Amino acid sequence: MANDPIHQFHIKTLVPLEVGGIDLSFTNASLFMVLTVVAASAFLIFSSSSRGLVPTRWQSLAELSYEFVAGLLRSSAGTEGMRFFPLVFSLFMFVLVANLFGMFPYFYTVTSQIIVTFALAMLVILTVTIYGFAKHGLHFLHLFVPAGVPGALIPIVAPIEVISFLSRPISLSVRLFANMLAGHITLKVFAGFVVTLSAAGTAGIFGAVLPLGMTVALTALEFLVAFLQAYVFTVLTCMYLNDALHPSH
Amino acid sequence: MNQSSQPGGDNGAGRDLSEAELSARREKLTRKLDEHRLSEQRAEARQTSSTGAGMAQAMKLSSEFIAGIAVGAMMGWLLDHWVGTSPFGLIVFLLLGFAAGVLNVMRSAGIVAELGRPGSGPEVQKKVESRGSEQDSGDK
Repeated sequence: MANDPIHQFHIKTLVPLEVGGIDLSFTNASLFMVLTVVAASAFLIFSSSSRGLVPTRWQSLAELSYEFVAGLLRSSAGTEGMRFFPLVFSLFMFVLVANLFGMFPYFYTVTSQIIVTFALAMLVILTVTIYGFAKHGLHFLHLFVPAGVPGALIPIVAPIEVISFLSRPISLSVRLFANMLAGHITLKVFAGFVVTLSAAGTAGIFGAVLPLGMTVALTALEFLVAFLQAYVFTVLTCMYLNDALHPSH
Repeated sequence: MNQSSQPGGDNGAGRDLSEAELSARREKLTRKLDEHRLSEQRAEARQTSSTGAGMAQAMKLSSEFIAGIAVGAMMGWLLDHWVGTSPFGLIVFLLLGFAAGVLNVMRSAGIVAELGRPGSGPEVQKKVESRGSEQDSGDK
């Protein structure tokens, strides 16, 4: 169906593959994940290949993205946080390129799959937990006891803080996934109105101008959302990493 | 202006008067500035709400809230499943999850301090020190 707004999210198996009863087929989602990684790496390798003191356009674009993420990480997790820079920068580039890839017609939006965003969020939260325990030991558990809580209230407050901590990967992944999914469905629905209306004669063609204008506006908004969500994901990652570095302020 | 021939008390009174005048003027200016800032903020809020930032805010807050409840319910259900305390684990942890969801929303809206941040007041400092966690003044 050309007018089905959900159709764009269907997973199609490209290369069937099964290992030990587990379906490991190469799907269109996998293809676009590979393309995302290739595009992001190619951009950075190409733009940093001819390193000059006076940067070219591409080089300054790469430097801009580096400075942007480095600044975010430094401001929220301090200079110690820079040891996580490879992780944070890779996450930012992956999410940003995947979001922007989704804006091409006929391309698959990888970040509109909750399992993809959830895997990214789990990567972040496992890094925080493992590094926190490795560096601070049991001292890391002070994260769950806010300063200034009376001793009698700790048995109630601590579980709430633990649940709040565990809900981070969920809210992190749901936010990215829901934004991309909702945006793409809205875009498709409004574009579908244009097709349906223009099929209804002359009056319909004039009426179709309204949803067409809306589609143009939504496309611009979606580009904004694509960048904004990558930014939000990165900022929250930095904040969580800060908790791993300094569990008690 | 104060003449040198005038008594000292008069001199001080004159300064007082001018200071009172100055403070009144300062107050007026502060009020004006506040008004200006408020109207600017309102205009900004109106502008951002029209560009889909409200949608982003709604998405953010609702995902925080739902995540808290979902994790609480999941933990309660798993506890029941393993320990066999059905249905009390689910009930208790669902309520705790609700509290955590509200906490998440308030944190994300900036009403409550972030996780791992100290409160204020001497009692808090004492408690933190007695628990043996060093106070880190690094800002977030």
